Amino acid sequence: MAISFNLNGSTVTVQAEPDTPLLWVIRDEVGLTGTKFGCGAALCGACTVHLNGSPIRSCQTPVSAVAGKKVATVESLSADNSHPLQKAWVKHQVPQCGYCQSGQLMSATALLAKNKNPSDSDIDAAMTGNLCRCGTYNRIRAAIKDAAAEMRKA
Amino acid sequence: MTTTRRDFLKTSAVASGVSVLGMYLPGLGGEEAHAAGSVHTPNAWVHIADDNTVTLISHMSEMGQGVNTSLPMLIAEELGVDITKVKVATAGANPAYVNGLLGAQITGGSTSIRDAWEKLRIGGAQVRTMLVQAAANKWGVDASTLTAENGVVSGGGKSATYGELAAAAASVPVPKDVKLKDPSQFKVVGKPIQRLDTPSKVNGTAQFGIDAKVAGMVYASIEQTPVIGGKPKSFDATKAKSMPGVIDVVQIGDGVAVVADSYWHAFKARKTLKVEWDNGQHAGLSTASMWAGIKDAEKTIKPIKIRPDVGNAQNAINGAAKVLKANYTTQLIAHQPLEPMNFIADVKGDRCELTGPTQFPQGAQGTAAAVLGIKPENVTVTTTFLGGGFGRRIELDFIAQAVQVSKAVGRPVKVLWTREDDMKHDYYRPQGLQRMEAGLDASGKPVGVKFQMTSQSITQRAFGLPKNTLDPFMVEAAVAPYDVPNTSHDLIIHDAGLRVGYLRAVSHTMNCFANECFMDELANAANQDPVEYRLSLLKDARYSNVLKLAAEKAGWGKKLPKGRALGVALMEGYGTYMAQVAEVSVTGGNVKVHKVTVACDAGRMVNPEIVRQQLESGIVYGLSGALYGEITLKDGQIQQNNFNDFRVIRQNESPVIDIVLVESNEKPGGVGEPSTSLIGAAVGNAIFTATGKRVRDFPLASHLKKA
Repeated sequence: MAISFNLNGSTVTVQAEPDTPLLWVIRDEVGLTGTKFGCGAALCGACTVHLNGSPIRSCQTPVSAVAGKKVATVESLSADNSHPLQKAWVKHQVPQCGYCQSGQLMSATALLAKNKNPSDSDIDAAMTGNLCRCGTYNRIRAAIKDAAAEMRKA
Repeated sequence: MTTTRRDFLKTSAVASGVSVLGMYLPGLGGEEAHAAGSVHTPNAWVHIADDNTVTLISHMSEMGQGVNTSLPMLIAEELGVDITKVKVATAGANPAYVNGLLGAQITGGSTSIRDAWEKLRIGGAQVRTMLVQAAANKWGVDASTLTAENGVVSGGGKSATYGELAAAAASVPVPKDVKLKDPSQFKVVGKPIQRLDTPSKVNGTAQFGIDAKVAGMVYASIEQTPVIGGKPKSFDATKAKSMPGVIDVVQIGDGVAVVADSYWHAFKARKTLKVEWDNGQHAGLSTASMWAGIKDAEKTIKPIKIRPDVGNAQNAINGAAKVLKANYTTQLIAHQPLEPMNFIADVKGDRCELTGPTQFPQGAQGTAAAVLGIKPENVTVTTTFLGGGFGRRIELDFIAQAVQVSKAVGRPVKVLWTREDDMKHDYYRPQGLQRMEAGLDASGKPVGVKFQMTSQSITQRAFGLPKNTLDPFMVEAAVAPYDVPNTSHDLIIHDAGLRVGYLRAVSHTMNCFANECFMDELANAANQDPVEYRLSLLKDARYSNVLKLAAEKAGWGKKLPKGRALGVALMEGYGTYMAQVAEVSVTGGNVKVHKVTVACDAGRMVNPEIVRQQLESGIVYGLSGALYGEITLKDGQIQQNNFNDFRVIRQNESPVIDIVLVESNEKPGGVGEPSTSLIGAAVGNAIFTATGKRVRDFPLASHLKKA
């Protein structure tokens, strides 16, 4: 069936069975591959996107649940890496293999949207669902604090 | 250890012609470069296009360790180009790109920089020399009057860009001897240059295997044998075939593949398959039966000497004032890179094109050739970014599957595993049992030490190492650096029944855990401080230096916050000397690692910021394995499923990591793996200081609760 939703600011209409996870619709139907498949069970956070501004696991969200709503993926931050979090990720040299980083960035974006000055425990609470097997956690923490400071100035 | 891994793999894996290794030379492929205009290929490492686009070739797979930056830095240093303006491409399967330390085109063993250190600087210098010669020929001047820098050759008032000279340079003979810069002249090497792959990894454009597409590609999800080594007996795909998007259902060696127009369609239909399995010879395997086999092997298998005995350890122990005995064990663990196994195969008659994430392009090529019965030169390999490797992607099983499915359906196919597939079909780090014994004299000094390890050989399976032969990948860090007059080091090789694989740092982790915790036991028995005790037994200054640096930076011997305790570990691995100090607390039986201080002497560093990244990464990866990692079997089946029951370190548990890098002119050491190996011992020792409980078994967290 045809399902329409807003993806990164534009309306998209996709042909998919209603139970198809949003992850596979974004990746295989729309062709935006920044959002990753890691565990298929909401345990790793690699597939994190925003639904009406809140972070969700797109591998566990049927596409029918997003009809008429706003979905944002890592590609919405910026193509030229000008978003404060992308800049901080580059400055702190966060990524190694990079596979988890789209999900990390989307969880971090959601955190900073509601908390302009996150404490360590706020960061733990927001980011502990996002696994990184390369162990980039400390750089992620530093980059979030840096980006938050930058965004408070702006 | 007399056999180095280099010698070993050179003679055993390649020279003896293990059939899976397809060795051939199809010419130095220019297909890796994507630049405008004609592309000129003076040698295997550099492509220069008419429009001045310079593409530097990384012969190692980028799996997070930074080779797509550090290797081009070596070429750029001598070539004379701006590292921030080059493009980087990963090499295809080609003997020109064989890792000289491993004897095959493999990314692993923390060898990338060590293999590349001279080779790539020479490669860059050759091309610079050829460009200069081309300019000299064109202008009718002597090459010695010209300089080459920032992509331009100039002299005598004339200048030309590398792009302008590339066509002519490509026909200049490759110089045999080139003079390399003195390290004091380095402009690129040694600088903390930002990684070239970072921009694409923060905006979603980096292409991993899972993201790759080829024209006409379809998707496969494979119901795999529940017992590794089993195979399908029969299957019913009636329901699957009626489901949306399903193209075909085909049986392959180790499973049944559903092929569909999308991954989701393939996966959903796979869940409806009814498969009857032949579980094979390992159907009865359990963790307990494997351990029983290891203990039986200790009695029935003749040990191999890891190195010749020094003095007579047993006599020395018999005559010692104090004797200590302890057994250490490490469990099966899974690699679990975050990108699930995947690969694209496109079989067309007697040709095959492979695309995906692999640490072993040459093995991928050889595997496809073997599966299809075609020549290796008919197989091309395009290596994408790897969403983590850790040794899992040295294996070729998922590539063989993609080739079989593509052949069966006559289309390009992307095989993609689930996390559960990955958990249950890994090549696991083997179990290990070390029996340690030592005698101390009246002053507490060790007079004799015995080390015996029983474990499984990965190299027998992976590279056909003959039985009863020393496997160098089992005895890494087995010989501790301490000055002891009488020692014996023995290895018992026993196949416990489950397939095993090289996992980041391989046996270093197992042996460092046993040696470094046992060293703490000796210090404790001698009533001496663990750092002072070690220092009194060290001869090599590179060891003592890192130990002192780490202890000092960690505040060893100083007052700590309430409830905190420190533990230390020391090791050399991959030519890198390292000490770690872990600061832990134990509350209600739960361990928390607050901070890890690391001192690292990795010789000369190509990019110190990438070295830091790798040390941090290794510690977090090693900590997951040491605290929590455990794969168990029942009825031949792996009992873990996903990250819910295979626990790994998350953001809230990541310790502060404080790194001291030693400036050094020694030759470069490997940095991808060593830090993985010390953390378990350092934490184990800190747990003892905090609680008085000596935990001698991985995973530490659950064994502490039982202690």
